[in-house]
Amino acid sequence: MSPRLVRLAAIATAAGAFSGLFGIGGGTIIVPLLILWLGYEDREATGTSLAAIALIAALGTAVHGAYGNVDVLKGILVGAPAIGGVIAGTALQQRVPRRAIPAAFAVLLVISAAVLVF
Amino acid sequence: MDLAGALAIGFAAGVASGMVGIGGGVLFVPGLVIFLDLSQLDAEATSLFAVIVVAAVGAWRQHGYGNVRPRDALVMGVLSPLGVTAGVVLANAVSERALGLGFAALQLALAVQLARRALTR
Repeated sequence: MSPRLVRLAAIATAAGAFSGLFGIGGGTIIVPLLILWLGYEDREATGTSLAAIALIAALGTAVHGAYGNVDVLKGILVGAPAIGGVIAGTALQQRVPRRAIPAAFAVLLVISAAVLVF
Repeated sequence: MDLAGALAIGFAAGVASGMVGIGGGVLFVPGLVIFLDLSQLDAEATSLFAVIVVAAVGAWRQHGYGNVRPRDALVMGVLSPLGVTAGVVLANAVSERALGLGFAALQLALAVQLARRALTR
């Protein structure tokens, strides 16, 4: 295997494990590693990560589904508005000054983490 | 159940996904626990189901801007089953509380990562 393929395999395995364990796509892992290990530019890493995540999440859903953990109706309740959100988000990403966005989501994450724990 | 809250956090998850490249799951999971009364484990599994479509739409939009390398994405998808299965098996083996605390830790780590991106840009 080429070094490049080994790196992609390592990223895929780490992202897959995070995805299955925490119910996330794994972009947290994929985006920084594509930039760090494969010299991706920021937006390219974001786009390529999303494409990989679609596949990884499908696999994770299938395996979780075998355990009977997936609630399809409630998934649609949060997923349907998110489709509108992602179209708005990708369009805005090309235009908006970049600092404010990660900062705003950092705040939202801290708040929801606190609510989950307490 | 709080339908408005679920729809709002779903929309926010989509925006996050499109703008900072996370699949949205990091907000779907708390949304499903807080607003739709799922357990941590069921919320994580259900989040992944929602992530499929959102990530696919996000990838399609990003592809339109020339930001996707399809071959690398496909390679990562094809090579992920080992990691995915290990993660799902582990999620089903540990307690709800441990899973919830682990998830909160992940959120905080991600918040730090995002804050650093905001400060260094």
